[in-house]
Amino acid sequence: MNTSSTDRIEKQVLIKAPRKRVWRALTDTGEFGEWFRVKISGHFAPGKAISGPVLHPGYEHLTWSVTVEKMEPERFFTWRWHPHGIDPGKDYSHEPTTLVAFELEEVPGGTLLKVTESGFDKIPLERREQAFRGNSEGWSIQVGNIERYVSQHP
Amino acid sequence: MARLSAAGPLSITRLTAGADVTRQAITKHLNILAGAGLIRDIRVGRERLWEVETRQLEEARRCLDRISGQWDEALQRLKLAVEGEEH
Repeated sequence: MNTSSTDRIEKQVLIKAPRKRVWRALTDTGEFGEWFRVKISGHFAPGKAISGPVLHPGYEHLTWSVTVEKMEPERFFTWRWHPHGIDPGKDYSHEPTTLVAFELEEVPGGTLLKVTESGFDKIPLERREQAFRGNSEGWSIQVGNIERYVSQHP
Repeated sequence: MARLSAAGPLSITRLTAGADVTRQAITKHLNILAGAGLIRDIRVGRERLWEVETRQLEEARRCLDRISGQWDEALQRLKLAVEGEEH
């Protein structure tokens, strides 16, 4: 059966940098935490669970947590997670997860990064309501973050 | 899901007809969608029909749009972080 329109998100972004560089930004936990706004340490490795506090203002009480599935150097990186911030005091292990996949492709001018998140149809609607980092009000804060970042890194 | 949206309430028999998957697989899929609140079943006489929960579907799309926006923002930050240091 075809996947429904509510089941997945597909994104792609062209990054003007070599695949090797993009891979590092995705898989080095320090670099990853910078742009994803989470505080994590250690190394990503297939089968490994990584977690740490969310760094978004107002959401610091939530924990970001994923389990890595595949890592194919400079090509493919996937993890499973609960697509919402989680309360560290609760057990979510029995709840369905979504699969996030990063795919890197060398193209003229840089690296094409494709991101797919799938499996939303299995997530109860009230869970989907709690977005994974912040809510719509959070977006104005985020836009501010980006503007600050750009002005600091011209 | 697409067929239910386009054709309105359908029975499992109608849904299975023309699909190259088993009735069992479709039933399983319908139950998952129902569990997520995206569709519901209604009884018409002795038949069980499935229909789309429009309001829930809109809600699901809104959630997905929002998460989608968050990915856009995150990927934009990634792009800026990686490209920023090239200059």
